[in-house]
Amino acid sequence: MSNEAVLHPHSVAATHEGHGVHHEHHHHETFISKYVFSQDHKMIAKQFLITGMVWAVLGGLMSVLFRLQLGYPDSSFPWLEDILGKWAKGGHITPEAYYALVTTHGTVLVFFVLTAGLSGTFANFLIPLQIGARDMASPFLNMLSYWFFFAASIVMLSSIFVETGPFSGGWTAYPPLSALGDASPGSKTGMDLWIVSMALFVVSSLLGGLNYIATILNMRTKGMSMTRLPLTIWALFFTAVLGVLSFPVLLSGFILLIFDRNFGTSFYLSDIYINGVGALPNEGGSAILFQHLFWFLGHPEVYIILLPAMGMVSEILSVNSRKPIFGYMAMIGSLFAIAILAFLVWAHHMFVTGLNPLLGSVFVLLTLLIAVPSAIKVFNWLTTLWRGNIRFTSGMLFAIGFVSLFISGGLTGIWLGNSALDIHLHDTYFVVAHFHIVMGVASMFGMFAGIYHWFPKMYGRYLNNTLGYIHFWVTIAGAYMIFWPMHYEGLAGMPRRYYDYSIWESFKQFVELNRFISLVSMIVFAVQLLFLFNFFYSIFKGRKVTSLNPWSANTLEWTTPLRPGHGNWPGEIPEVHRWPYDYGKDGQDFISQTTPVGEEESHH
Amino acid sequence: MTIFLTIAVVVLIFIVIFQIAKASEYVSILKGDDISRKQNNKINGFLMVVFLILGLIGVWYCNKLYFGKTLLAVDAASVEGARVDSMLWITLAVTGIVFIGTQIILFWFAYKYQEKDNRKVFYFAHSNKLEAIWTVIPALVLTVLVIIGLRNWFLFTGEPPKDAMVVEITGKQFGWIYRYPGKDGAFGKKYYKNIDPATNTLGILWEDELAHDDLINEQSMVLVKGRPVKLIIGSRDVIHDVGLPHFRLKMDAVPGIPTTMWFTPKYTTKEMKEMTNNPNFIYEISCDQMCGNGHYSMKGIIDVVDQEEYDVWIAKQKPQYLVTFPDKDPSNAQSADTTKLAVKPVETATKTIAKL
Repeated sequence: MSNEAVLHPHSVAATHEGHGVHHEHHHHETFISKYVFSQDHKMIAKQFLITGMVWAVLGGLMSVLFRLQLGYPDSSFPWLEDILGKWAKGGHITPEAYYALVTTHGTVLVFFVLTAGLSGTFANFLIPLQIGARDMASPFLNMLSYWFFFAASIVMLSSIFVETGPFSGGWTAYPPLSALGDASPGSKTGMDLWIVSMALFVVSSLLGGLNYIATILNMRTKGMSMTRLPLTIWALFFTAVLGVLSFPVLLSGFILLIFDRNFGTSFYLSDIYINGVGALPNEGGSAILFQHLFWFLGHPEVYIILLPAMGMVSEILSVNSRKPIFGYMAMIGSLFAIAILAFLVWAHHMFVTGLNPLLGSVFVLLTLLIAVPSAIKVFNWLTTLWRGNIRFTSGMLFAIGFVSLFISGGLTGIWLGNSALDIHLHDTYFVVAHFHIVMGVASMFGMFAGIYHWFPKMYGRYLNNTLGYIHFWVTIAGAYMIFWPMHYEGLAGMPRRYYDYSIWESFKQFVELNRFISLVSMIVFAVQLLFLFNFFYSIFKGRKVTSLNPWSANTLEWTTPLRPGHGNWPGEIPEVHRWPYDYGKDGQDFISQTTPVGEEESHH
Repeated sequence: MTIFLTIAVVVLIFIVIFQIAKASEYVSILKGDDISRKQNNKINGFLMVVFLILGLIGVWYCNKLYFGKTLLAVDAASVEGARVDSMLWITLAVTGIVFIGTQIILFWFAYKYQEKDNRKVFYFAHSNKLEAIWTVIPALVLTVLVIIGLRNWFLFTGEPPKDAMVVEITGKQFGWIYRYPGKDGAFGKKYYKNIDPATNTLGILWEDELAHDDLINEQSMVLVKGRPVKLIIGSRDVIHDVGLPHFRLKMDAVPGIPTTMWFTPKYTTKEMKEMTNNPNFIYEISCDQMCGNGHYSMKGIIDVVDQEEYDVWIAKQKPQYLVTFPDKDPSNAQSADTTKLAVKPVETATKTIAKL
């Protein structure tokens, strides 16, 4: 398959430019076609990345605002009223605003930053470059994928400005709360916009995902068999498969929700009496049905977020240890196992919904099974470092940080996946700590690692190293200081999504800790701004890259020109002769994938 | 004003950091890429060990500060909760060892194998033996954890003991309604369209005679120490959750789909006050499922007492039927002491478990 595609390199970019080989011919690009409605996968990747960054700042800022409430529940901040108006009357964030902030923070970070911003960026950027293709299978659909995401962003943004406020029922949007405007003002117009935005987002990720799969399966260069793919590509491949199979289920759940909200159906509604409104006519629906549909995406979504980070970390650890990734096939196998199991564990989010205990026990078993491939990955990463010759680039630091966080957050998954413990810890801060470390911060670290590592390829310049080191050390220390103590709050039974704990005899003992966490989160947020400054400054003023292959890496993207144009390689696409991890083989520091296998070379 | 000052200070710090970073970049160009990279490598390698050590100290210190504030500092307040705790300790031991071991290995390797000119890397692409080891060992350990977990799970979610009392708890935005089956031990039927916030908060069908002795209150749920209790959990509007941190259990309250949960209280509220050294201690029911803007204030109270106290309390309660229809109250008609009616012992019906 792959060879065919390469032997007849009618890639889209080639036809686009008239002749595949005729690279000198510059076809006229306007500002619009180059920067706005671009069909170049590299530009689309940058669009995803920068939009993701905008959302990361907004989402992060929201968390700082609600941390302000949690850390300083008794203080009033008059400037908040200047910014938020009626949502912070008297300098106090209101409960409505607090829940809206928590909800939007969750939605935005999970979907816009860590799905679109992460796999949107790196799948787009790396797939064609690392498999040796001129562009995606369909650059046009790829462009649409970004613009659907952009539309989703605009709709989500607009929901912040409506009279009744944005949706405030938690990012999981469980009905009946999300279905009934009378139950919560956030479930009025804000929820309509939220759901439209999410529907657009599903379209975006489907267009993207189908494209990634088609590209990886069909457009690999000559010699690039599936088992010669870098682990980044394997990870992005499984990510795309997960998305394509699970997002439609989410959309179906949303469509039923739209019907319940607007057209009087009772898919999720039954036996409801709303204060001040009275009994609703809906009978016979099941509120639990939505949770099944939601978590059928929701759990794979966790891996949609995590797998790209795993893939990039594998690549970056290997490159900077100057050593092959340990257990390449086991790494693929464990990615595959995680991808399969991702579909079979969704109900572990629902242990306390009254789920059939027998069914629950099956989900316990399958959930804890995920720990096995995860353990394989961790030990393989550790062995990759063992007896290496490690270069601490900023990317490498974040990759090491990822492994540390993945261990810390993964281990608490063993607690929560066991239903008999979950029945105690469910929806407490223990869960908040768990998923922020393992999915939020860890994936964010994978994303940072990827940005630092591939920035030279994206912009032909380096990010500033010193700022990178400061960014890393403050962020990892800060992340642990924020989320580690939350385990203790969880072990005190402290529920998540509470606006104020002071009225609770059982949970009010953490005032100082909450203040500490809030303070650290502000510092960590400020340091992310420093990173963003580094990013945008370096695009224009960063130190120029002079070597084609600044990290001495084996993969194909480093065989392209310093600033590759649309089509990536000016001449023929290089042929691949080996796997991507020949580092330190036979005393050679690195052997590019394009180097033919020598006669006397040892076999691995 | 302070806000502007704060912003100004932050911006200034940023500028200083940026200038240093920029300067170090120029210096590295002057020194040559290779030399400066090696210097940075040493610094970061050293920081790896520093982070590991400070991190482990931090873990210890955090535990020192906050362990006493968790529930684990005091015994679980239910027999089943004690099993949760012991399982939690086992899981902590297993994951704790792995955590400390792997974090030490990670940061130690990072430090030890930092770039050195004379080091030749070990080309080590795979080893079936190693990979088999770290597939099988985690699988075996997890099997043990699963077995312990499922035994507890089936106990918690299984049938309660025969002598369990039954209490119904219904969530609404933002509070809890408790219903006791009364002397006949059975709940009367209810239908949500009968709900009236003033006179019939649960929508009881008064035609059903089983409902006539049902007791309803919104103040607190009174339970008996040592006597298993089965909760029948429902919701009037959106999804809530009966969170019982001290008993180590929780269960969602879903409109239209009743759920159940049972446990055996081990200590009375009074005993817990002494054990926790907190004279204000109460068993709180926290709503653990986002249910609207008042979610954080949706508190319920459980009062665990001994049997005698319970008997006195229950005797004082007046069936909701009689509260709603005072004219049906024989004690009103005869203007006699209302408590007499409730004290009348009815033994036959107590064994009947409530029908839903």
